Amino acid sequence: MMDSPQISPFIIFFASIITSNMVLTNFLGMCSFISISNEFKTASGLGKAVTLVMIFTTVINFAVYKFIVVPLELEYLRYVVFIIVIAASVQIIELAMDRFLPELHIKLGIFLPLITVNCAILGISLFMVIRDYNFLQSLLFGAGSGLGWWLAISTLAAIREKTNKSKVPAGLVGPGLTFIIIGLMAMAFMGFSGIFTIQ
Amino acid sequence: MEILKTILSVTGIATILTVLIIVAEKFLNNYGECKIDINEGEKELTVEGGSSLLSSLASNKIFIPSACGGKATCGLCKIQVIDGAGPLLPTEEPFLTPDEVKNGVRLSCLVKIKKDIKISIPEELFNIKEYNATVSRITDMTHDIKEFRFDFDEDEDIKFKAGQYMQIETKPYGKIKEKAIRAYSISSVPSDSNGVELIIRRVPGGLCTTYMHEHINKGNRVRITGPYGDFYRRDDSNQYIFMAGGSGMAPIKSIIMDIIEKGLDKEMFFFFGAVGVRDLYHTDFFRGLEKEYPKFKYIPALSNAVPEDNWKGETGLVTDVMKKYIDTGNGKHAYLCGSPGMINACVKVLTFMDFKEELIYYDKF
Repeated sequence: MMDSPQISPFIIFFASIITSNMVLTNFLGMCSFISISNEFKTASGLGKAVTLVMIFTTVINFAVYKFIVVPLELEYLRYVVFIIVIAASVQIIELAMDRFLPELHIKLGIFLPLITVNCAILGISLFMVIRDYNFLQSLLFGAGSGLGWWLAISTLAAIREKTNKSKVPAGLVGPGLTFIIIGLMAMAFMGFSGIFTIQ
Repeated sequence: MEILKTILSVTGIATILTVLIIVAEKFLNNYGECKIDINEGEKELTVEGGSSLLSSLASNKIFIPSACGGKATCGLCKIQVIDGAGPLLPTEEPFLTPDEVKNGVRLSCLVKIKKDIKISIPEELFNIKEYNATVSRITDMTHDIKEFRFDFDEDEDIKFKAGQYMQIETKPYGKIKEKAIRAYSISSVPSDSNGVELIIRRVPGGLCTTYMHEHINKGNRVRITGPYGDFYRRDDSNQYIFMAGGSGMAPIKSIIMDIIEKGLDKEMFFFFGAVGVRDLYHTDFFRGLEKEYPKFKYIPALSNAVPEDNWKGETGLVTDVMKKYIDTGNGKHAYLCGSPGMINACVKVLTFMDFKEELIYYDKF
């Protein structure tokens, strides 16, 4: 058994929502963050999906890592293993969503399968291993990061809905302005770093 | 050893996950039995939900054209879905015109069946079948026209719209060494579903007509496919003008009989153009109909009656005769069947008489 750093899981949870937000401090998961943030409803839907996938995959990857990868001394294969697990989880979540939330499934369209290659999700699993988190820490880290990503994309989408209706200098329309907004948001989130940090 | 361990463990993990996905699919993708209603109750299929409309139809022997095999790249498998398909997918949109979107047209390879679904597919895709038929009756109509009756085998029947045609495949005969396929309109009514009647005029030197007139006898077996064609009655009018010449009477007879059989209250004029009395047929039949249904008028017109014919009816070109009876084309539908020369002349006269061009339907042969 590895020694887990003695950080309270709850600190990890809140820190990963705000101060160590995956997308705003680590810049992971940027592709869908920018491309699906046009409309609040869709963005929020994707946020939920990402949160779900993050929690799901963190748990499975934790188990796979602890009980298969480590005993077999295959740590160098963790990238491959994690990606396979993520791909399979997304597949199953897609089936479930098509069944129970068809509206959202159609809205997310191609982006749901694309969560598979959302770097934030692989990032969670890798950080969890690098930082030697125990199970509870990992779970709350995954959940917190998911919620943080959801919060970030919903906020961005809400702001973009406003800017879409405003007059914007021609050169900034679209991604230009979006990057500026993301930068400002990142700074705003950093403002909390006095409260707690985990890195 | 290390390599073997790596390969085995990665394979193992992948296998476990695959099994998990298969199990999940079995439970999550199980939508139970769903019904596919085709063309408002014309056919109802019961299929296992969860797969695409395209593949579900194919497994029931209804083949929608598709070039890519259901990969959503060719855009050929369009089907009109009336109800039960769920919202349009972003992946379908590039293939559909705004009009198609409005009419509920979808790519059947992308529509997943999750509940009962109502679709409408063109008759010609849905109904075309091959029949092995027996010639049960051959009647001489005129010196060069015969009416054939084909009876299907017991368990087969046909669904067609009055006005459509069948195709006959001829076998090699005499000097003709090849098979040939020719189309003939159905003259019987759709309610008569376990056989069809065709009216065939002998064309001098005609490959199939000669075969039918000289080599086919009662009791012969013939391979025939159908129904085909979009020459059939549209329902949105109360006044129909029919014009035909020669064997062009076949689809018109079927349409008229269909209207009468269904008890529809329609005003009908049937102008039949012929050269002399010897080219008239089914005259007693249509005269009889006239007596029974006051709204139906049969007007044969002879273009070249000889004195021996002792003809008391209309003479001259069928278009000129028609003008005597019909003052305006406003609100009327016209259905024409005959030679290209006759059709072209009729269409010209009809449009001149205010018939709307899109309401003139014809079958040239």
